[in-house]
Formats: sequence, structure tokens, C-alpha cells
Amino acid sequence: MTGKYFGNPIKRLEDKQLLTGNAKYIDDIEVPGQLHAAFLRSDFAHARILKIDVSEALKRPGVVAVYTAEDFGDFWKPGPLQVPPPTAIPGSKFNARTLVPIAKDKIRYSGEVLAVVIAESRYIAEDAFDDIIVDVESLPAVVDLEKAWEDSSVLVHDDLPSNMAALVTQEVGNYEEAKKKADVVVARRMLIEHVAGAAMENRGFLASWDDQNQVMTIWANTQSPLTVRGSVSRALGLAESQVHVITPAIGGGFGPKVMTSLTDDVLLPWISKQLKRPIKWVEDRRENFLATTSERDQVHHCEIALKKDGTILGFKDVFYHNTGAYDSYGMTVPLNTQTHIISNYRVPNFYTQIRMVFTNQMVVTPVRGAGRSEGVFAMERMLDFAAKEMGLSPIEIRRKNLLRADELPLATGITGQDFVKNTLDSGDYLGNFEKCLQAIEYDKFIKETQPKAQKEGKRLGIGVVAFTEGTAVGPYEGCKVTVSTSGKVTMTTGYSSQGQAHYTVFAQIIADQLNVKVEDVKVITGDTNHFAWGAGTFASRGATLVGTAALLASQKVRAKIFSTASKALGVPEDQVELGEGSVSIKGKPDSAIPLGTLAAMANPMRGVIEPGVEPGLEATAYYGPPHGSTGCGAMGVILSIDEETCKPVLEKMVIVDDCGTMINPLIVDGQLQGGISMGIGNTLYERLVYDENGQLLTASFMDYLMPLATDMPKKLEIIHNHAESSLKLNPLGIKGVGEAGAIPPGPAIVQAIEDAFADKGVEILETNLSPSSIYGYLKKVEHK
Amino acid sequence: MKKLFPITVTVNGKVYERQVEARLLLSDFLRHDLGLLGTHVGCEHGICGACTILFDGEAVRSCLIFAVQANGHEIRTVESLGTPENLHPLQQSFTDKHALQCGFCTPGFLMTLVPFLEENPTPTEDEIREAIDGNICRCTGYEKIVEAVHDAAEKMSQKK
Amino acid sequence: MKPVNFDYYAPSSVDEALDTLAELGYDGKVLAGGQSLIAAMNFRMARPSALVDLNNVAELSYIKPTADGGLAIGTMTRVSTVEHNQDVIQRFPLLVEVAKFIAHPQIRRRGTFGGAIAHADPAGQLPSISMVMNMQALIKGKGTERWVAAPDLIIGPFMTVIEPNEMLAELVIKPHPPRTGAKYVQVSRQSGGYAQSAVASIVTLDENEICKDVHMVLMSVAEVPILSEKAREILIGNKPSKDAIEAVAEAASTSEIDPASDLHASADYRRSITRVLIVRSLTEAFERAKRGGK
Repeated sequence: MTGKYFGNPIKRLEDKQLLTGNAKYIDDIEVPGQLHAAFLRSDFAHARILKIDVSEALKRPGVVAVYTAEDFGDFWKPGPLQVPPPTAIPGSKFNARTLVPIAKDKIRYSGEVLAVVIAESRYIAEDAFDDIIVDVESLPAVVDLEKAWEDSSVLVHDDLPSNMAALVTQEVGNYEEAKKKADVVVARRMLIEHVAGAAMENRGFLASWDDQNQVMTIWANTQSPLTVRGSVSRALGLAESQVHVITPAIGGGFGPKVMTSLTDDVLLPWISKQLKRPIKWVEDRRENFLATTSERDQVHHCEIALKKDGTILGFKDVFYHNTGAYDSYGMTVPLNTQTHIISNYRVPNFYTQIRMVFTNQMVVTPVRGAGRSEGVFAMERMLDFAAKEMGLSPIEIRRKNLLRADELPLATGITGQDFVKNTLDSGDYLGNFEKCLQAIEYDKFIKETQPKAQKEGKRLGIGVVAFTEGTAVGPYEGCKVTVSTSGKVTMTTGYSSQGQAHYTVFAQIIADQLNVKVEDVKVITGDTNHFAWGAGTFASRGATLVGTAALLASQKVRAKIFSTASKALGVPEDQVELGEGSVSIKGKPDSAIPLGTLAAMANPMRGVIEPGVEPGLEATAYYGPPHGSTGCGAMGVILSIDEETCKPVLEKMVIVDDCGTMINPLIVDGQLQGGISMGIGNTLYERLVYDENGQLLTASFMDYLMPLATDMPKKLEIIHNHAESSLKLNPLGIKGVGEAGAIPPGPAIVQAIEDAFADKGVEILETNLSPSSIYGYLKKVEHK
Repeated sequence: MKKLFPITVTVNGKVYERQVEARLLLSDFLRHDLGLLGTHVGCEHGICGACTILFDGEAVRSCLIFAVQANGHEIRTVESLGTPENLHPLQQSFTDKHALQCGFCTPGFLMTLVPFLEENPTPTEDEIREAIDGNICRCTGYEKIVEAVHDAAEKMSQKK
Repeated sequence: MKPVNFDYYAPSSVDEALDTLAELGYDGKVLAGGQSLIAAMNFRMARPSALVDLNNVAELSYIKPTADGGLAIGTMTRVSTVEHNQDVIQRFPLLVEVAKFIAHPQIRRRGTFGGAIAHADPAGQLPSISMVMNMQALIKGKGTERWVAAPDLIIGPFMTVIEPNEMLAELVIKPHPPRTGAKYVQVSRQSGGYAQSAVASIVTLDENEICKDVHMVLMSVAEVPILSEKAREILIGNKPSKDAIEAVAEAASTSEIDPASDLHASADYRRSITRVLIVRSLTEAFERAKRGGK
């Protein structure tokens, strides 16, 4: 469907405030009387706390209070599970060891909070760190995932028999039987490196207790304001109505800002209530690297069993997943990995086991891509290895096994992150792949471009992969749409916004339904006093869930407009015409009543409204899909590589994507481009590195390399290939697109690097490649 | 007693007289002492570029200068460009081309690019990419920022 | 990440600055562009108790041609000023070539030429370049003045012979003889990032295409920048043939450097690319020498 606004590249309504420095982010919020918090963080990754002496810190001028775990008394307790355990999967084991707000007795990762300093300024609060004496008994750190799994490992949580956080096995068909029938079985161990979300804005939290009205007001740049409201009210014994969470402008989310029950959201409201002063904490970049959640970090042991023509008979993947020191966010990431391993191809027999393991590292929660990248990487790589082993081209093996459009919808039998059996709903996987081959000019590259370059002494490589993006999972989101007496429309939702253009795309949907100007629709996100139901911003679900709720709510309002107008104009509803901003009798423009006036009529000050009629031109709606919707696509990359320095240059990239109907193609392209830059960063630049003592060696942008403008491909082509089948999914035919771009660059780039060195037989078994590591791979084959 | 240093600094054409601690970063001074909140702080070690401002007309990191060093100098921040009602041509191109998403890094990009376009009114794509290599954007992948700079360059040179 | 407090002095003349430094002794630290120092202070890794800010000392910021055809550069001259100065472009294009690799434009506009050299970061470009160009450093103290050649100035990672009560005031670069060419090459993971290895060569040919002189510095492959002796041994007095250059690359990359492994590169990789970069640097430097330095 397209409307006046829906489907069109409308310029963003939120831009002007952002461009002029007027938008207020968390650190821009100032409350009179506010104090500043700073967190003293542990230098040790694993240690027993013997004593923390803060007495000197309290003497420092400007320091108001200093707290350690002991000071919180009974208020100190491990936090809730933010995501429940995977009980929907039979036989699954899950050991909940949830985040503690501040370390007590034992330190479990470097960066864990030991003391909270409250001072007149952040400068003074940091000064006080020098005054605090921390006495600990250092313990060996648990860092390596596979070693951590072994029974002989040092324990992160002493009360558990091992470092097993979870063990989840899922199987469809019978892999071992399939393996017996296979002509070829290929097995590999692969690493998927640890990366950061690295939003440009760090986290922040401001708690302000109003003692007179007994209300806690909180500003937080969270992806999940309603979770924060729930946890704060539970912890402090307040009604939810006494806790008001406001999300200001947020400088990017990418996953980690979804995490709650951290030091800030647990302890600062309590401290604000104690001191009766507003308390503000703004994370710095070092803290963000050390302690804000991060992702990837898996070790996969894969096996693929095939017939000699390349048909997949079965796939087995036992993988270790690092959850860090705690597992409050459940198993979203590894479950996404399980579903995405087989989300593109026909895999009749599939065995997959998650070994989620505790380590002395920061907590792992979703980061854009969120387990999908890992699953797609594992499958795509294994296909490449199998193709090589069998003398097939990487294209042939994919063509043979990619799901055909008429095979969808397909129930894979694997339970996903939403605890619903995964359904691959729609799309033309093979069509995406073929379109990508054409756009990257695959045949020409193989026949002409690459051999010509080789003659000139230049190495070029090509990689083409398929991907899917599971999006738009439940449970639900909602919104309220109101026509004001001024004629302006407001939409409120509990969903929070980190730059995804919600203020524009939701307005587009509503403006079409109510026939108002898009700029007359004001969208308010993530303010719990405006709208108090919903789950949060994650899993590329905003456009689908909130967008559909916006459609449903505005359709209800539209119906109210017609019924109210019918009475006001004294004609049947089918004689009412909804013009731009007004209603009138069909063919009688003189009868027009402005929408605002109609809104006033819908809320009469005297008289009686009819039974069953709700006042106002206002309606609330919710939407929850029966299952998530799966975006899909393909990516091709051509790169050149300097054989002597091993530095790759991305010459061209093509992404073919099916995200269903686009509300706004400008925004979709922006999401894809941003995702791709993150995928490139994850593959060639970014990497979180812990040493054997559990020290993070990459706690700054000097060592954690973010992709820059000159790191992007010289040419980047986006092709939208929206299958008609997508339209049946939900009323607007929308799938998510927030993470699509981040998923395929890894396997595509790695395949292209291997291709550039095809004559040497290089085989790459990890996601993150520096020129130095590529050099290492070359040396390995030379020495063979 | 903490020692304070008197400074006189011109910011966006307005003269401010303040007393500051030696260690106060210029970024914090602009944001919290003067309330000019459009300058953002992303790393405080000079890599991300979000805090880029003009110091005597030159784009520099305000997190790597102390406020006390701004004494007698002229500073421009994003607030000196356009207003929501009347955007600077570069700001207009940024919204026209969807060159921002979360908007946090955007003021730093703008303050880097304003003097760049004055010095180099018809930049090539490579020149644009080099010019913004000291600014990190996590949202856009830079593609649309490059487009916006081309667009602004074109519009601004037509005006002249 | 907020710095520890410190006392602050902003002298407006060299004499005043030297008086202040003399008074402060070990407590004082010179603040030049601050692009490394302030970042380190924000991390609280550097905690100077007093800073003597030279940014108001106008007399330390200049690029003056010297009578012999060289240049004298005041310590507080911004790197971007050096990068765009016509005399530098004419006389020492190597400096312009190097400057473009130093961090990003915003850092170069604030960072200073002398500050970068005095910081003696083994991964910084300018300390290495000062050595290969054999810059003469003027070090001033209260009532004292001494000249030190750059190779003697830098004595360790982040260590120079400059005393706490002294400062680097000026760097003088002598003109190149005719038929001199220079070339800087580096490998870094990203633009503006630290180099995993870098090589700068300055070579002079005689009228018979024989190598008269060669200076080559190897950067980021040992604790301090290495001035290659092998290059001089192998090339001076000989034709700079492809084989001779390969021989230098082989000898220097195997015996003169001691690269470390870090997050971004293994020692093996550093050694390997150093070899490659030596060939690239010398080959182009000799080509430029043949063309009279262009």
C-alpha cells in the first residue's frame, strides 16, 4: 500500500532540533540541586573483597556520600531476570545468576562497581576514588570459553558446580542418521569475536525524588523505559504510578541500552530518596567499554553433512556462548544464533547445542545483529568449506540449498528468542541471491575482472552470501492516538527511540489515516506517564509492532471521526467526507468542520454522551504478531588486497534486502547503510580483547577501532527486493530492517579474502581480521 | 580552597566572563557553565569528534582543551549555525539527504565541515571522506553524510 | 573521565615561561598542543601538578626560512600550519607528506610541531622524522641554551634529554643537498591511526647516479625509532639497484629492529611489512632524487 505519506521518502520531522543542538540528551538534563555520581570500578576481574575503606573519601570537600554494598543493607540483592529462562524448550537447563547492583563479597568482572561516590561535581567524585582503599584477594580469572566449561575450571559463581549458565539442545530430524548417509562431512571450529555496541552517546541516568508528592522522576537513555519503571517501583516498594520514567533524545542504542538492573537504575533512585537530592550519573567511554554490555563471542564446533552433488543432508553446531559474569538477559543471543544457522537453507536434519558459559567478563546482551550474525556466519562459512572440499563453486552450493519461494512459509522446528517455534514466513531467498550475483557482476568478475587483475599483479576477491534477519518478535507494543482541539494529532507510545526515525514513520502512518499533514502529527516516545504498556526497543520490532498499533489506533480514531461528524453534520456516515484537516458533507465544502472543532464536539462539556461512546477523538490499540517476521537478502562484496601488507580495500558492496513494505525508503536505506558499517567494523576493525587476567585491553577508541568514513566500500548499492508474500504478514506488510545490514558483511568479506588468496588455499576461521591476522593465515599455509 | 582563574571568552559572538578551575575541560565549560548543550561529549580522549567546535575559526576537539586556555579566544559552537526555523545550508542538506539518525555526533560533523567547505567549496568524494575521518558516526555508515556534503557544496557555491 | 586538578601558568613570553619552569622544577610540565597530554590527563594516567601553557607565547610560533635554504620552526607552530606552509612545501615536502598521516585534521590544528617531538612517542611520526632529518633542537632553560641533534634528543619511549626546567624552543632543518629525494610510507589499520610500521628515507645521488648519502628511520618497530646503519653501509658509494635496496630491506628488517606484538599486529607481521616499506620508501626516494627531489 502507498498513501500520501506512507511509502514515500519523507524527510524526518525530528531533524531540525537535532541539527541545531536543541535536542536534549541525558547529559543535557539539569535538575536544580542535582548531585553527581561516579562509580569506583574494580581493576580486578576476579577477586574476593576483604575490605573497602571509604572514610578518607568522605572527608574530601564536595563529597556528599559514599556507598559500598554494605551500606544498602537488605536493599542489596541480585536483580531480576530481565528475560525469562527458555522453559519452552524441553530439557533446557538454565542457571540464573543475575546482576548484582554493586559487588559484595566477590568481584566477578573488571569494571564491576565497588563504591558509589556522590559529590557536587563529577570531577570531585572521581577525585574521591584516590581516597578509597580497596583490599582484595585476587583469584584466577575465567576468560577462555571452552576452558571455562570444563569441570576443572575456576568458578565464577562458587555455589554452582560448574560455569555452565545454560545448556540448550534442539534437534530436528536426526543428524547422526543423516551423517551416516552423507558422501561428505566437513567439520570446523570457528571463533566469533567479541564486539561493542558503541553508541556515540554513553549511558546516563538521573533520579529525582520528590518527597512532597512521593514521586520518583527518572530520566534515562534506556531502550526499555517500562522495564526501568517496573524494576524501580518494585525495588522501592512504590506503585508504578509513583515512578515516572522519561527518555530524552537518545544518542544511539544498538542493544546495550536495553539492559536494566545495573548500578545506576537500582541504586541511584534509592540514594536520591535517602539524600532527597536529584542524582545524575553519566557514563564515560571507559566505563562504557568496561561495564556496559557487549556481544558476539562464541566458539562454534560445526559439522555439515552433504550428498556429493552438494545437497545438505544435515548440520550440527555445538557452540560455546559467553554470557559474561551474569546472565540476567537470558538466552536471547544464542537462541537467535540457533534459529539463524538454518534460516536460509534446506536443512532436513539439524542438531544444535548452546553451551552458555559464565566468565569473568562484562555481561553479554544483544548488540545489533544479536546472535543472527553468528548463526549466519557459521552456516555461510561451512558452505564455503564444503564447496571447496567438493570442488563446487560457492555459488552452486548455495543455489542448490537456498529455500525456494514456494517452500515458505516454513516451520523450522527450532524455538527462537521469543520462545515461539521459528517460522520462515516469506521472501524469495534464491531470487535475492540471483539479483545480488547480477548486481555484483559475478560472472564477469570471475571470467574477466579477476584474471585481468591477477595478470597485473593485483589480488581481487569476491564473496556472495545469503542472510536472514529474524525481526519483529512479540509480545506486543501499543500506542494512543489523539486528535486535539487544535486539530493537531498526538501519538504516544511506551516504545523508546534512539535515532530510528520513529517520530516520522509513525506520523506517516497516522497522517494517511486521518488525512492530516504529517508535520501535524506529534509522536511522543518512551515517557511512562504518557503510555505505560509495552516491552521495549529491541529485535528490529518498532516499525512492525508500533507501526501496526499506530495503524489500528488511527483507524479507530478515523471511525470516531466519521461517527462524530455524521451526528454533527446530520448526515449518514457514508455522506461524510474527510478532507485535509476537516470533515464535510460530500459535495458541500461549505459544511466543513475543522478536525479540531470536531474533537471538541467529541468531548462535550454539557449534555450527555451516548452509552458506549468514549469521549474524544482518541483511541488506543495494541499489536502482537503470532510470530516474528523474517527479513531476508543477500550480500556481495568485491575487495582488493595488497599481498605484501595484507590490507584489504572494499571496492564494491551490494546488498539485496527484503524488509517487506517500506514505510519510508530513505529511512530503510539509512538503516541498511548503518548496519553495513557496523558489519564492516565487526569484521575488519572492532574487537574487544581480554587478556588472560580478565583485563580488557581495548577500553578506549584508541584500541577499539570504530569504522571510519574512509573504511566504507568505494561503492555501495542497495537493492530492495520485496516479495509479494511479505504483504500477508501483518496489516501493513512490514518486516524489521534495523539489523539486516550488520549480519552479512562478516561472511561476505571473509569469503572474498579467501577468494583473493584462492591459489594459496587460505582458510579463515574467525570473524575479525586485521591485516596482521590475514598475514598469519598466509604464513600458516606457506609453512604447510 | 580550589583555585579559580578568571577568563573572558567570546562564544558565538557573545562575551562571557567566568571563573574556572584549571582542569575544567572546554567541552564541560561550554555545556554546563554556558548551557550550550549542542556540543556533545562522546569519548573525552579526542577520537570520536562529537565535541568538535571552532576555536578561532578552526575545527578542534573541545575535550582536549582546558576552558582556561580559551581566555581571550573566540569560539563557535553548533548553536551559531542555523535555527530550526532557518537552517544553515549544510544543516538543510543533512536533513534533505537523511545524513543523521540519532543526531549525537551531528554537531561535531557540522563544525568540522563548515570551515572545510569554506576552504574547499567543491570537494571530491575522497576529500570529503578524509575531512570527516576524525568524526565517528555509528548510525549512518557515512554514506548519506557524504551525499549531504556534496549537496551542500553545490547549493552553497551556487549562492555565491 | 575528568583530569586531576593542577596549577596553571600561562606565560606570554619565553623568558616568563622559563622563569616559571625554573621555579616549579619537577612539579612543572609544559603544555603545548595538549592533544596527547590532555587525553592522558582525562584518563588520569598523567597527573602533572602544574602546567606551563605555551599557547600564549606568540614568539614560539613561526616558520622562518634560514639563509642556507633550510627552515627554523618554532616549537608551538601547529602541525597543520607546517602542513600548509609554502616554504615547507617547497623545501621539505617530506614534512607535508608525513603530516597528512598524523591523526586527523582536528588534532593537527591544535597539536604542535615541537610538542609532538618533545613527547617522544615511539609511535608518533614527528619524533622519527626529526631524527631522520637530523633536526637541530634548541633547548632553552632559564639563562641557558643548548643545541641537541634530534637523534640525541630522544633517549627512550616518551623520554628526551630535556630537563624539567627546560623546554624545546625551536627546530632547525638544514637544506638537503641537490639531487636529494625523500619518501615516507606507513601501514596503519585506519586513516589517522597508529602505524604498525613506518619508514622514512632521505637519499642523495651524485651525478653518476651513485648513492652519496642515505638516512632511513624505522618507526614503531622497536622501543624507539631506529636510524638504519645497514642502509648506509649497503647503499653509500653504490648504485641503488633493486638488489641493493632489497639487501637493505632484508638486513634492516632482520637485524636492526625489535618489533613487539600487540593488539593490532604481531611482531612477525611488523617485521614483514617493515621489509616491504623499506623497499617502497627507498625506491621512491631514489626516484625523487633523480628528479631533483620532486
